[in-house]
Amino acid sequence: MLDLLKERVTSFQDFIFLSGRAIRNIIRRPHYTGDVLMQMDIIGVGSLPIVVLTGFFSGAVMGLQMSRALAQYGATGQMGQIVAITLVRELGPVLSSLLVAGRNASGMASELGSMKVTEQIDAMRALGTDPVQKLVTPRFIATCVTLPLLTIIADFVGIIGGFVVAYYMLNQTAAQYWSTAWRSLVWNDLAQGLLKPLVFAMVISLVGCYYGMQTKGGTQGVGRATTQAVVVASVWIFILTFFITRIFV
Amino acid sequence: MSEAILRYENVSLSFDGEPALRNVSFDLLKGQTAIIFGAAGSGKSVLLKLATGLLKPDSGEIYLFGQEITRLREEDLFPIRAKVGVLFQEGGLFDSLNVEDNVAYPVWNQKGRQNGKLDPEKVHDRVKEALRFVELEQTLEKFPSELSGGMRRRVGIARATVTEPALMLYDSPTAGLDPITANTIIALIIKARDTKNSTPIIVSHRYQDGHLMANFRYNPQNGELEKAPHDSGIHENTTFLVFEEGKLVFDGTQEELESSTDPYVSKFKAVKS
Repeated sequence: MLDLLKERVTSFQDFIFLSGRAIRNIIRRPHYTGDVLMQMDIIGVGSLPIVVLTGFFSGAVMGLQMSRALAQYGATGQMGQIVAITLVRELGPVLSSLLVAGRNASGMASELGSMKVTEQIDAMRALGTDPVQKLVTPRFIATCVTLPLLTIIADFVGIIGGFVVAYYMLNQTAAQYWSTAWRSLVWNDLAQGLLKPLVFAMVISLVGCYYGMQTKGGTQGVGRATTQAVVVASVWIFILTFFITRIFV
Repeated sequence: MSEAILRYENVSLSFDGEPALRNVSFDLLKGQTAIIFGAAGSGKSVLLKLATGLLKPDSGEIYLFGQEITRLREEDLFPIRAKVGVLFQEGGLFDSLNVEDNVAYPVWNQKGRQNGKLDPEKVHDRVKEALRFVELEQTLEKFPSELSGGMRRRVGIARATVTEPALMLYDSPTAGLDPITANTIIALIIKARDTKNSTPIIVSHRYQDGHLMANFRYNPQNGELEKAPHDSGIHENTTFLVFEEGKLVFDGTQEELESSTDPYVSKFKAVKS
């Protein structure tokens, strides 16, 4: 029991050390700008199609689900408000982050894990490069920049999804939908809607890289690291969204 | 010959209570060649990883270029490591980079550290020259997975020598290769030693590798190996170290190795050329 606890504490400590080094490296030389841009392309541009699709349909399905409940109170006119607030505060950040966790935390863990088991990380260290600087920090920066942007896009496309349902299926006017949607959003919503993806981005990139860098035991170890990275990152997203919401509500 | 380029003082290291190295001490002087023999698991690769600080010893001190490295932080080790060339057992190439980018990596890395500007054209020329050195100029665009085991190691040698480091570490450069390819690799190591003025440490289990290193030199005229004359100093400057279960059990010249009566040490002289 004590051994198990010790193991958990040690790995948490390693995670904190790795995170500290990754963050500190942002201001240290050398800067790998090329790697940062490449990761932004992989994480940001690469995730765009699924984030847009998921955002659109989650907005649309929310419109459909809410239409019945709102009709009971004769408040179908408030559709824009409901869709906008739910998406910007909660669904946009969480869904985009879960998608990026599934796509990129796994990608980071498997890529770094394969490099670890084939001694490429050691080779990198031997060649005089800090693997944290070269591999972890660019992924950290790229995720922190692109995930909030992806969330903004998901929010916007989701509100369009809600509009399509409201306009074509529930016969609302465009002006009514957009004005309620626009007027309902306050700074508080935008603040938590952007803080969440930033925090989740840190968690996704650091968890993905941590499991990758800790990989042991050949190809099986790479598979294990990949699964663990996605599971742990996703669970943390749900836990943290609760606490961040708690601050704002 | 001058100061020790690498010095181990009473170095010990254990993994989960299992000793990997026990109280190892030796010096490697500039211009010397060290051949390290030992059975699998005798601590040879660990010894090389310690030399560049990839592992830290439990006790003892290691001096690299006169600087004690065991207490240095990882960040402070990077500039020192850039002065050492390492060939990993399987080449250790980055499989997502092509051959050109792999070989160019240390050049860019060194410049990035010094914050200098470098002309990509010049880097390309240096890479081509390094690949010409190992006779693999035509593989610039290829990826490591498209190369044979011997070719991967040759690219590994090109990458390790491109910055002309003062110390070269070769971890089992001939393991798992056929005798002809193995000899090609050793010939390249001798060529690197003789033309680039580097101090090599070679981990091996083939007597043949040590014999070639101790008795042959590179002839730049015909590009082939030739027997080194007695006054060349190559023979005297080649030292043989034998490890048994983490202990340094032999440290001496080829003649001393051959006249050794120790049954374990004798195993590494059994297959003579």
